[in-house]
Amino acid sequence: MAGIITVDDILTKYKGRPDALIDILHEIQDVQGFLSDTSIIKVAEALDLPASKVYGVATFYSLFTVKPRGRNVIRICESAPCHVLGATAIINALEKELGIKMGETTGDGKFTLEYTSCIGVCGVAPAIMINEVVYGNLTPDKIPHILSEYR
Amino acid sequence: MKSLEELERIKKEAQAMTKLREDKENTKIVVGMGTCGIAAGARETLAAIMDELAKRNLQDVVVTQTGCVGLCEQEPIVDIVKPGKPKVTYGRVTGERARQIIASHVVNDRVVGEWVIATG
Amino acid sequence: MEFYRSHVLVCGGTPCVLGGCKAVRDALIGEIHRQGLSREIKVVETGCLGPCDLGPVIVVYPEGTFYGPVKVEDVPLIVEEHLLKGRVVDRLIARERPAEKEIVKYEAPSYLGPQKRIVLRNCGLIDPESVEEYIGRDGYAALGRCLSQMKPGEVIDLVKRSGLVGRGGAAFPTGLKWEFTAKADADQKYILCNADEGEPGTFKDRLILEGDPHSIIEGMAIAGYAVGADKGFVYIRGEYVISIERMQKAIDQARRLGLLGENIFGSGFGFDIEIRKGAGAYVCGEETALIESIEGGRGEPRIKPPYPGTHGLWGKPTVVNNVETLANIPPIILNGPEWFRGFGTERCPGTKVFTLTGDINNKGLIEVPMGITLRQVIYEIGGGIPGGREFKMAQTGGTSGGCLPRELLDVPMDYFSLAEAGSALGSGALLIMDDSHCIVDIARCFMKFFRHESCGKCTPCREGTDRLYEIMDMVSSGRGRAQDIDLMTELAQVMQRASLCGLGQAAPVPVLTMLKYFRDEFEAHIADRTCPTGTCGL
Repeated sequence: MAGIITVDDILTKYKGRPDALIDILHEIQDVQGFLSDTSIIKVAEALDLPASKVYGVATFYSLFTVKPRGRNVIRICESAPCHVLGATAIINALEKELGIKMGETTGDGKFTLEYTSCIGVCGVAPAIMINEVVYGNLTPDKIPHILSEYR
Repeated sequence: MKSLEELERIKKEAQAMTKLREDKENTKIVVGMGTCGIAAGARETLAAIMDELAKRNLQDVVVTQTGCVGLCEQEPIVDIVKPGKPKVTYGRVTGERARQIIASHVVNDRVVGEWVIATG
Repeated sequence: MEFYRSHVLVCGGTPCVLGGCKAVRDALIGEIHRQGLSREIKVVETGCLGPCDLGPVIVVYPEGTFYGPVKVEDVPLIVEEHLLKGRVVDRLIARERPAEKEIVKYEAPSYLGPQKRIVLRNCGLIDPESVEEYIGRDGYAALGRCLSQMKPGEVIDLVKRSGLVGRGGAAFPTGLKWEFTAKADADQKYILCNADEGEPGTFKDRLILEGDPHSIIEGMAIAGYAVGADKGFVYIRGEYVISIERMQKAIDQARRLGLLGENIFGSGFGFDIEIRKGAGAYVCGEETALIESIEGGRGEPRIKPPYPGTHGLWGKPTVVNNVETLANIPPIILNGPEWFRGFGTERCPGTKVFTLTGDINNKGLIEVPMGITLRQVIYEIGGGIPGGREFKMAQTGGTSGGCLPRELLDVPMDYFSLAEAGSALGSGALLIMDDSHCIVDIARCFMKFFRHESCGKCTPCREGTDRLYEIMDMVSSGRGRAQDIDLMTELAQVMQRASLCGLGQAAPVPVLTMLKYFRDEFEAHIADRTCPTGTCGL
């Protein structure tokens, strides 16, 4: 299919720009869902950096992952403002609804549950982020409806 | 940008545009579309507003967006500005509330007092 | 027509969401009624009376006496003395008349209450995706004035005289910071905008990025002109998807109008901005870690000195300013340093944006003059604690800030006063907690955060955050030992002294302040194996 972006396309765009490493990793992850060993080595070769440096960056930042994840990544804010307003009940509801624990991926590969630190919408806490969409003012009974949009 | 005069000209034009919009007897609906607004459901609210306006074929209504005003507790927030009248700000505007606000306030000039959080 | 001998004007009338005037108005009406003056005195509820920085104000006509800030408990005195006996209550007269301090030219919406919006002047009022609307409200006029009428040194001098200090948390004087970089001799300098807003409970920068992105561009361009930098980067955290989109649109629009690019305003000065997207690391809010990240590496802080002002991005002199700091720059240029000093306190002029979260009725974001007290914020603006519960403590400055118990509700909130009280103003996050919360449970939540976010470069922070969490977890699960309180205190002090960057130095602050003010709760968990609030599951 035409129009699919490959790792090579991304690397061509940023040729000779080791400072753009984080942008490159963002774009590769957007396309492939995670940062595989193969991609990491390719990036290292293209930018003339040690693979260990690229791997070091990929594992330093929490938005990057070197393991495959579900199609929809659910990030639950565990910072104090959400904690105070009942994030634990939201976590329980998500775990129950999906039948997995935090940090796990559902058997059908549709959902991954992860913690995140503050996503900056504390005015509508507790909040979660599904992929790039933020949901706020959550209560456990709202969870099934929100998830149904992604099933 | 070449000069202060050019900036002044753009400023005058922008202000004239705003004024023109106000003078044209248009009703303005402003939806708060910051992240907390959206997290609280502003996209659904906006969709309901657009749908309701289309259904009623209301041509003289302008819908615009703005950032978050800081009243996260009240999101989604919608302002209704009718020509010559002070701004009315509604809070916790769900899609359903938005439809009622359009029916009552926008079409029939009856402010839905219960959901108003600020005026002026 | 009925005749009243006095008219009393009071803020209110409209459903005033964030205003603190309603309680005063109600008390006034009640008190007038009680004194049997209802037929002689007319209470007029007006929209915002304007001098919002004075707090709730009331005006008595025909004398035109202006009282403010008026507290509910002041009302009986005003009614008794002024309205009944005709004696002006000098003590409560507003020191400055509103007209002289009123700066907001546009409509001041009634929900603002005692707020003063300088930084947030456009947020929620303009379409952030329209550069024309920004220009329509004096946007880029400050940049135009700097480039066509002022020398770089004059711009720095003006910012210095305004007394503006950095709003990211460290409170370093902005003008001085610019001067260091201006004086550094280099072929290339940079302006960085720190928009890696990761402090839990803080979202003020997001609001500005989403609601008024051009104010940041304008502030950065002015900084660039002042120090001699032609390139800027905005480092925005990756989680802020909408902020990144809006900022990119704003940069494109500014380029299209020639407000970024070569030869801006025909001055020969050129400036351009690029966005760098973060990838989820709290420590990148530390300026040297942020620089490492822009260079494409792991966001691990550098040893200071040298400071970024002389050795920053790619070793070049670099100014790193917070979003809120930069958004303050255009109005300071346009209105002058004396105007800016008219707000806030002597040591901390201007306003501060606070984010109200947790157990508070009006969650959200406010901009108030520096030096306001926590009590005013919670009860006059924040609408108090929900469910009729009692205030237990507030954490100021985000997770790395200190906890303020009830005894400190009246400390003025500026950088220095809070530091003296053992807390920190920090980013302006205010997490309010009612008496249902267990201190140990909250402390454990904080340490869990730091354990995850410690970058691991230096030992005191890497090991310290881990061990503090471990001890806190044991205490909260009923396995605490008698010596644990002393052990935590010692560990915390080592971290404060020996950690490389602000993260490790600040991480133990909440624990230390909690141990100081709520020691008995820790002791109950350890000695009696019970939780006094009965909420942490022990």
